[in-house]
Amino acid sequence: MSDLSTITLRADHLTKQVASPEGSLTILDDVSFKVERGRSVAICGPSGAGKSTLLALLAGLDDASSGRVWLDDIELGALDEDGRAALRAHRVGFVFQSFHLVPSLTALENVMLPLELDGARGPRERAREVLTSVGLAERLGHYPNQLSGGEKQRVAIARAFASGPAVLFADEPTGNLDSVTGKKIIDLLFALNQEQQATLVLVTHDEKLAARCDLRLDLLAGRLVDTQ
Amino acid sequence: MNAVAFGLRALWRDARAGELAALGAALAIAVATVTAIGFLTDRIGQAVALQAAEVLAADIRLSSPDALDTARLDAATEAGLKSATTLSFPSVVFAGDESVLASVHAVSTGYPLRGEIRVATSLLAEPAVVQTIPVPGEVWLDTALLARLGADVGATIELGAATFTVTNVLIYRPDQSPGFTGLAPSLIMNLADIPGTGLVGTGSRVRHGQLYAGTRDAVRQFAKQIKPTLEKSTRFEDRGDAGQQLNSAISRASRFLALASLVSLLLAAVAVAMSARRYAERHLDTAALMKSIGATQRFVIVSALTQLLVIGMIASSLGALLGYGAERILSVILAGLLRGDLPSPSMAPLIPGFGTAIILLTGFALPAVLRLGHTPPLRVLRRDLAPPPPGMILTYGAALIAIGALVYWSVRDLKLLAVILGGTTLTGGLLYLVGRLLIVWLARRRGRVGVAWRYGLANIARRGSHSAIQVVAFGLSIMVLLVLTLVRNDLLLGWRATLDDNAPNHFLINIQSDELAGVAQVLSTSGLGDPDFVPLVRARMTHINDVAVDERSYPTPRGRRLASRGANLTYADRLSATNNLVAGFWWTTDYTGPALVSVEIEAAEEMGLELGDRLKFILAGEELDAKVSSFRTVKWDSFEPNFFMVFSPAALAEYPRTFITSLKIPDGKRAELLRFVREYPSVSVIDIEAVLEQVRRVIDKAALAVQSVFAFTFLAGLIVLIAAVQTTLDERRYESALLRAFGARRRTVLAGIAAEFAALGLAAGVFAALGASVVGGLAAKQLFDLNYTPDPWLWLTGTVAGVLVVGVSGVVAARSAVNTPPVRTLRHV
Repeated sequence: MSDLSTITLRADHLTKQVASPEGSLTILDDVSFKVERGRSVAICGPSGAGKSTLLALLAGLDDASSGRVWLDDIELGALDEDGRAALRAHRVGFVFQSFHLVPSLTALENVMLPLELDGARGPRERAREVLTSVGLAERLGHYPNQLSGGEKQRVAIARAFASGPAVLFADEPTGNLDSVTGKKIIDLLFALNQEQQATLVLVTHDEKLAARCDLRLDLLAGRLVDTQ
Repeated sequence: MNAVAFGLRALWRDARAGELAALGAALAIAVATVTAIGFLTDRIGQAVALQAAEVLAADIRLSSPDALDTARLDAATEAGLKSATTLSFPSVVFAGDESVLASVHAVSTGYPLRGEIRVATSLLAEPAVVQTIPVPGEVWLDTALLARLGADVGATIELGAATFTVTNVLIYRPDQSPGFTGLAPSLIMNLADIPGTGLVGTGSRVRHGQLYAGTRDAVRQFAKQIKPTLEKSTRFEDRGDAGQQLNSAISRASRFLALASLVSLLLAAVAVAMSARRYAERHLDTAALMKSIGATQRFVIVSALTQLLVIGMIASSLGALLGYGAERILSVILAGLLRGDLPSPSMAPLIPGFGTAIILLTGFALPAVLRLGHTPPLRVLRRDLAPPPPGMILTYGAALIAIGALVYWSVRDLKLLAVILGGTTLTGGLLYLVGRLLIVWLARRRGRVGVAWRYGLANIARRGSHSAIQVVAFGLSIMVLLVLTLVRNDLLLGWRATLDDNAPNHFLINIQSDELAGVAQVLSTSGLGDPDFVPLVRARMTHINDVAVDERSYPTPRGRRLASRGANLTYADRLSATNNLVAGFWWTTDYTGPALVSVEIEAAEEMGLELGDRLKFILAGEELDAKVSSFRTVKWDSFEPNFFMVFSPAALAEYPRTFITSLKIPDGKRAELLRFVREYPSVSVIDIEAVLEQVRRVIDKAALAVQSVFAFTFLAGLIVLIAAVQTTLDERRYESALLRAFGARRRTVLAGIAAEFAALGLAAGVFAALGASVVGGLAAKQLFDLNYTPDPWLWLTGTVAGVLVVGVSGVVAARSAVNTPPVRTLRHV
């Protein structure tokens, strides 16, 4: 068993139930695992298996019905919504399937956003630097609707890595991209992961992508069926 | 970076992206409307007040049977006010062998301070305005006095020890009493001639008067200064005490204006609420994203509030500027009607303008924006998640408090507040209910229609409560537009009709019972008219519920005056058409029981009377007891003979009485009138044309002002319509992109949207017509005391306008959504 200090992410008996017309519905059922710092994890499974729900609980975007989550030794359930937001500002980065860029902001301003929220020094310089590192030095002043899908996702990745997060969550990061662009994006994700020693948590259907990760969690109907 | 700084930066970015246009425009229009109305009402109010001041010939009039303190005249000059002195008393005027008891009105130079004197150079000449008073040695006599003396211009008359030359016929002086009692034929002379007549000495029955006029502030200041120093016998009158008829017209005018301004405010509030909701909805994704990358709830709220505040400040400054500009243009248009010497409007309306922006934002935009803070960050993964809807109490409570504050601020009238709040809540609730029912009904029918209609109807059904809210918004704005176009016209026409060209312009009083038949015949044969004659019995009230009138306490000083002065009573078996029973009962035509009396409601309130009170009168030396059986409202501005006290016929029929009547005498009949006066010298003929003209002028001015103000309200109604269409624009853009991606033709998608808006418009139109009829009826009855019959065209216009206006504006607004290439929209999402 790994030393506790090297663990960045730990889930303990996580369960999520929601009310439905047919009564209580269990979306996630007693899921437990832990991930060491700097490792990559793929959360896999068919649609409706509970992958996005697990990701949301791990990132503190949603509350579990029971069970606990620790992120960098901090138990998320003990924090209120603002406390979890502050934690995300410091230690969490996100990459979404549908990019989620603010349409009224330029690429540079989108990347500056979390840095500004975190009160980081020199957000403009840092944003410019990260965007350059993802190959978008020529696109700083472009708005999201002026960028291609791959470029949007690279802006999103730059935004996620800009504040040097401990954990990076990616929800189907290549889901909206063609295979060539998707591969480039994944390469970029892993390269930055390596470089910044961030823990990478991916939700994916992509077997090849899952195979590149250090750990693979397979979900089926809300239950963890396999851990590799 | 703190939330304020972030909010400001985001605001700038949003503004660049055109995200703030709708909210800003709604707010700017609201403020522009309030400011323009404020500026305009300020000016109109001053114009109307000046008109009202004519009745006193001044802004302030002091009068007393004793000599007035002349030190006040000096104080007035120091305070920058103009002043004049008057002296009125009855005296016998001689011309040759004829002598007539006349009312003498001696005035100092400068009289009248407000209004104008009109004279004619001979009995049958056209009247003209003069800027002077009679020079010493000359007098101006009115038509009745000249007729009774058998004299004309150029004659010599004697008054006391002095002799005067008649140099003009006095047609009108502003402060002649518009009432019909206690009026003797009158003359006007120079105050400097009084000592020469030897008529005024110690113990003479004279009334001393002092007149003052000046700027509004100076007059107010002066009134405050002199009021505590007035002797007990001195009567203080200002513009508020203007004649009953004029007061009635002015109060209607202010109600019209207040209503117009309130309706604009309410509409603007709806527009602000809708655009704030859209603003918040368009920011949900950003709020969720911000929270997912670490922004706290407080951060999201503070940055949104910062944006709201800045939008508020910029939009209201722009609105105030617009309002000021609009007022300048309006006052140029109204220049002929407003007096040239009006002071420019004060900057005071700017305060309510900005205040309105703050109230609107707090009451109508704040709940939507606060909701942003509760956006679940999970929305970044599940876009269907939205913050919980704000609590009913927060949303509606804030809105109701805001409306209450706005109403109180602008009219300070509880009755109006009740009508407006009740009407809005009821109509809104009804429309919402209709919207929901319509949705259920339509959902069942969409299987039977073509693809376009099915798409449109499905949209209405799917949007559920949102569609119902749209029906409310469309319905309210159409209702207001209907009220503004059709009902307003009816109301204004109804108002003018109370004073149509056939309104009586002369009163004949003091007709003796034995002259009645003869007077009626002469009037009829000379073509002057066939009027009804109303009996008049002079009396004095002595006791109310066995308490002497002098020993009783009264709610108002006017109440005491009304109770203790000589009373003019009448009797009638039927309620006059210009009267309305508001409490109690009217006697049957064959009633012969104990005396019953119906009292005019305002007089009753001021005297503190209740139904069933016992009043005791002295009539011709006999006592008469009567019980108060009802209260009436009276249309004083109808210019029919009206009375504070009307008795059951049997009670007064045996007492000595005279008769009075009112009739319309056309200009061309003045010679016949003179002949009549000579034939019946004891009948007093009182010309009220001038007073009538004054009231007409007030109505005309006010009507014009109301029309201009309504133009703003109309604009506010249109903004609501646009805001309502805009609220669904984003969703429409996505849906039409989807449909077109599936292969639907542009025309099909547009037809679906047209079907949806037309159906919404139909429902809104029908109920807007219903609402407009109810609001029109309520307003006419409760606020303006007018009769109003809803125009049947209202229904057709409402329905057609609903379908066309909402349908067309919906399609026009949504066209951009359909025209956007589907790929761009879908990629954007």
